[in-house]
Amino acid sequence: MVVRVRLRVDPIKCKAHGMCAELFPERIRMDDWGYPVIDQRALSDDVLEHAHRAIADCPRAALWVEPVDEPGARVRPDDTD
Amino acid sequence: MSSSMDVGSRSQRLLPPRPVPEDLDAHLAGFGPRPQIGSMAMIDALDDSGLRGRGGADFPTGVKWRAVMDHTKRDGDAVVIANAAECEPASFKDRFLLTYRPHLVLDGLEHAAEAVGARRVVIYTTRSHSDVVAALRAAIRERRRRDDSDRFIDVQVGPNRYVAGEETALVARVSGHLAKPKVVPPRPFQNGVDHLPTLVQNVETLAHAALIARFGAPWFRSVGTKRSPGTALLTVSGAVRTPGVLEAACDTTVGAIVDRAGGVEGEPAAVLLGGYFGRWVAADRIWNQTIDADALRSVRAHLGTGVLVIAPDTTCGIGETDRVLTFLASQTAGQCGPCHVGLPAIAEMFHQVATGRARPAALDLLVRWSHDVRGRGACRHPDGATLFLASAMEVFAADLRHHLRHGSCRFSGQRSLLPVPATEAGWW
Repeated sequence: MVVRVRLRVDPIKCKAHGMCAELFPERIRMDDWGYPVIDQRALSDDVLEHAHRAIADCPRAALWVEPVDEPGARVRPDDTD
Repeated sequence: MSSSMDVGSRSQRLLPPRPVPEDLDAHLAGFGPRPQIGSMAMIDALDDSGLRGRGGADFPTGVKWRAVMDHTKRDGDAVVIANAAECEPASFKDRFLLTYRPHLVLDGLEHAAEAVGARRVVIYTTRSHSDVVAALRAAIRERRRRDDSDRFIDVQVGPNRYVAGEETALVARVSGHLAKPKVVPPRPFQNGVDHLPTLVQNVETLAHAALIARFGAPWFRSVGTKRSPGTALLTVSGAVRTPGVLEAACDTTVGAIVDRAGGVEGEPAAVLLGGYFGRWVAADRIWNQTIDADALRSVRAHLGTGVLVIAPDTTCGIGETDRVLTFLASQTAGQCGPCHVGLPAIAEMFHQVATGRARPAALDLLVRWSHDVRGRGACRHPDGATLFLASAMEVFAADLRHHLRHGSCRFSGQRSLLPVPATEAGWW
């Protein structure tokens, strides 16, 4: 069974260098203050390489992938909220 | 199981019949000694009772205790913290409970320590709640003179900051660090005080647990709804004749609660439910709703910390929201960009709107920014602040347009409704 993963950012470590949004624009955009907004959907194989590049080049080491069903993980609330 | 609690009001369980602080003698005379109950039996009773956390998160208490117990490798290695931080400015219910029934909370705390296997037990409160600290220390001394428990209940005091009552912040403080939230997971049950499995539980929840240990889950469920059984402590303020703390079954309507707070003064326009991470709801939509989670969800609200503020139709809802939003922006821990950069930007933009110095497009920007910051902090502070704002923009939509144009409305300058404490700069 393939473990589905998603990209996460540690918002305390992140200092808005903006590298990740450059390296992985398919899933990361910047907000108006330069902090990354990360698409929470599971990463498909075709984008995994870009995800790993963003993780490796983050100057704050603030990015990681984790299983989609990681217990206790927080995700962005519904857009309906 | 005793049924002595059935005597008297069905909906007054936590609060004493008369507003007199209960010492240990009075507590024992009313409730008898704390029953001995095994870990499994206690946690099963919590599961059966359907009790949920009353600090605002509404999380099932039995699930939380079991998670800590399961992570505790050796008996005694867990830590239990009673959360009496009560950093919500419009809430007084935890302090009220600790003032009048401290021993019921301490009973619940001891049940929790026994159930999860904790030797280290802490009550955490806030520096500005100095009478509560004194009351607690006195109650703990009274108990130490009576029993030979090898557990020492420590009282710890943290900063009076809005996010310092969040559970990871309080774990950090008790571990000797600044009271700032941490990224989860790991949650406290996985990695808490000094890396030990830690249970953090609101004091009202602990008092309910103490009653469930004595009277059982069916008794607890005999009032309230299936999803929200039991009673809740509420802080009712605003346009009511006798504002204060009261206890009500969770199937009581907002209107009935207001009646118990002496009735409404003037014409109600809106109700703020839950606290400053809660929501405004138009009075006519909420008045006949009960305060259980299902009913409140149907109007997109939650009970939060049990705060109900009744806004009369002479309230400047925009001015109130402006003040609270500025306060919330000042309460960021300064850790996460979307919160410590985003919230002040949102608060400033809203202030421009409220004072008539913004273009109409500012409203769209506020919606987009609010949506953007949600879910992007280590804790839920940005979520709470922006959902509060969104509800205000909806409920006070007409006033908002008026402010956008004229910088005020006919109720601007009225006596303010929502308390906003002074910020202690730099103290964490």
